[in-house]
Amino acid sequence: MAVITYRDALNQALREEMQRDPNVFLMGEEVGVYQGAYKVSRGLLDEFGPMRVVDTPITELGFAGVGVGAAMVGLRPVIEFMTWNFALLAVDQLVNSAAKMRYMSNGQVGVPAVFRGPGGSALQLASQHSQAFESWYAHIPGLKVVMPATPADAKGLLKSAIRDDNPVIFIEGEMLYNLKGEVPEGEHVVPLGLADVKREGGDVTIICHSKSVGVSLKAAEQLAKDGINAEVLDLRTIRPMDTEAVLTSVAKTHRCVVVEEGWPFAGIGAQVVDTIQREVFDELDAPVLRVTGADVPMPYNKQLEKAAKADPAKVISAVNQVLYRE
Amino acid sequence: MTTKVVMEALSPTMEEGRLVEWKKQEGDAVAVGDVLAEVETDKAVMELVARAAGTLLKHVVEAGATVPVSELVAVIGEAGEAVSEEAGKRGGGEAKRDSGTAGQADSGAAGQRGSKDSQATQPSPGQNRPVSMPPAPPTAAVAAEQRPSAKPPAREGNGAKAAPGRVKASPLARRIAAERGVDLVGVTGSGPEGRVVARDLETAVATAPVSSRPAPSGATASAPLPRRPADVPYTDVPLTQIRKTIARRLAQSIGPVPTFYLTSEVDMERVAEAREALRAAGKREGGEAGTDAKVSFNDIIIKAVAMALRQHPACNSWWQDDHIRYWNEVHVSMAVAVEEGLITPVIRHADQKTLREIAAESRDLAARARERRLKPEEYTGGTFTVSNLGMLDIDEFTAIINPPETGILAVGRMAEKPVAHDGAVAIRRRMRLTMSCDHRVIDGATGAQFLKTLKGMLENPLALVW
Repeated sequence: MAVITYRDALNQALREEMQRDPNVFLMGEEVGVYQGAYKVSRGLLDEFGPMRVVDTPITELGFAGVGVGAAMVGLRPVIEFMTWNFALLAVDQLVNSAAKMRYMSNGQVGVPAVFRGPGGSALQLASQHSQAFESWYAHIPGLKVVMPATPADAKGLLKSAIRDDNPVIFIEGEMLYNLKGEVPEGEHVVPLGLADVKREGGDVTIICHSKSVGVSLKAAEQLAKDGINAEVLDLRTIRPMDTEAVLTSVAKTHRCVVVEEGWPFAGIGAQVVDTIQREVFDELDAPVLRVTGADVPMPYNKQLEKAAKADPAKVISAVNQVLYRE
Repeated sequence: MTTKVVMEALSPTMEEGRLVEWKKQEGDAVAVGDVLAEVETDKAVMELVARAAGTLLKHVVEAGATVPVSELVAVIGEAGEAVSEEAGKRGGGEAKRDSGTAGQADSGAAGQRGSKDSQATQPSPGQNRPVSMPPAPPTAAVAAEQRPSAKPPAREGNGAKAAPGRVKASPLARRIAAERGVDLVGVTGSGPEGRVVARDLETAVATAPVSSRPAPSGATASAPLPRRPADVPYTDVPLTQIRKTIARRLAQSIGPVPTFYLTSEVDMERVAEAREALRAAGKREGGEAGTDAKVSFNDIIIKAVAMALRQHPACNSWWQDDHIRYWNEVHVSMAVAVEEGLITPVIRHADQKTLREIAAESRDLAARARERRLKPEEYTGGTFTVSNLGMLDIDEFTAIINPPETGILAVGRMAEKPVAHDGAVAIRRRMRLTMSCDHRVIDGATGAQFLKTLKGMLENPLALVW
């Protein structure tokens, strides 16, 4: 199996889906001539031409709206936001148009569009460009939210997202684009709504997604040296959430820590914890703890930025607490 | 930072304990799990262990003192650390804790803790924290909403004993306790603020014959008394209507446990011969370890009872109010007279043990019972009891069933008697067994069949190894 980057895995998924279905097209800022701000669309303009790889002006609300309209009349647009920080301008189209159309047209008009781009923080991009917005979109009925953590999942989930008949918010990890991993060639499709056990263990469940999967796996490795066997469960799709996988794992380990990059208040972890305490209360041997980004705008200062992020040490500390080891 | 050592509830019913002897002296280094002192409870002499590491700074009570559960007995801290006045005083409030560490930098929490300390000069016995409770401020790693400042103040110092009747336990611990019939009152919690967590139940009942695994439903559907399904210690069978009616009517008739008695006289000649042969063989082997010849009649009876119970699961059962628990494991309790009363240490898996193992174990258990050094798990969890008053020259007697067990065997003395044997009157050693049966579970014929099997085994001891 070929070992390629997360970036190239996404590129493969786009190319294969555009080859497979002439209704699929890519639109966004710098996706064509510049081949993508993060080079995800490398080579696509040459292969598919300017009708299917469309450069737009810096008008997020505008091209998101064009995407919704195109989807309503039968095309399958993939709308790239240079980052999800910039997509704030397009939220009206995403929430009030894309998410509502099927419901408000009594099922007559769907929006089979994918809105994709990098989310979360990178390194010293400061408060306005270091934000994890998945909980915003996961809050909206009518939107699916997908966040791959590995190259293989990036390819398989993007293909599923493009084929899905509903609007999908596809949030990539800005720090994951260079991550390498084995990716099956050709038809590799990962269904939406299925979590994945990235590491099996019996002592504690660490639930995570996107960048926090790597953080959790590092913590799990460290814990293993201490004799603690952590199960790392990657949600992959935030909404619809694979509650069965979550509950099965927690029922097995009886202890749980939920890790995410975003802010704590009303975060993804809050939803996970709600499900756990409601469905498997009698399985819990400790309160479920959350490890999140600090509840502040992301500092620019390098040391403060480091301190504000969820990292393996914080995950280990939370695991030790739910295991009553500290 | 100092941590307090309190008198722990070391038995399910313990309300106070007498500190018999300090095993660690002031100034000694202690690790978690070290035995700090021996404590005499209402049932046994138990060990009080350290739940924090450091140096034993102070004995707050002297050896010999009787101390209510959850009262301070000692202080552990760093070597040379001063013991603050309130921490070193029995009946004082919160232990003084260093609130300046990095993990507690949250100013709200520190302030709260500080004000609590300043109030601590007023004694408030209910607020002792067992030493097993670290202050547990979630560190900076944990989301801000989980910081202690968000906690209602009432939770501070709300120790295990703060609210009588309400034991703090994790949901999982509660479920396991319910499944195993363990009373959480008296289980020492090792979690924050004395919370009982799953691991506390592991140590409490690890050796008890219990399991949280449900019996396979298929097994119970096909046969009411399944014989030894693999890997399942017992099988719970819901009460049938007729069983319910029997239980209700008989209980109305003679009391909470409707008991009836069955007596059978057993010819012990061959058991006595076998025992003498074993003793002689042991002596020839020189009484080396492992060839101990001191097998008693009671050991042989326990072994025979265990083997007979295997064949009669109805007598190896617990009455559980709304269902009957048929044990697939055999754990024989043996009544041992001790100075203040009696106690029933348990020979676990007695059916699977050799006579030699049973002899050694029963001697050890009886000796430690008399010294009151049994651990709770050593005198709970039996599935049937044997009580023997033969050595006190009692011909026969009736014993009281120890619920939830449903049967008990009262063993009388063995005595030479003229009996008809092989067509002639002969002097034979005979012994009377009386079984008390809980009629809610065991019917007359059921109990009689068990006794018949037992009698057969004793009259033909080779059956024990058959």
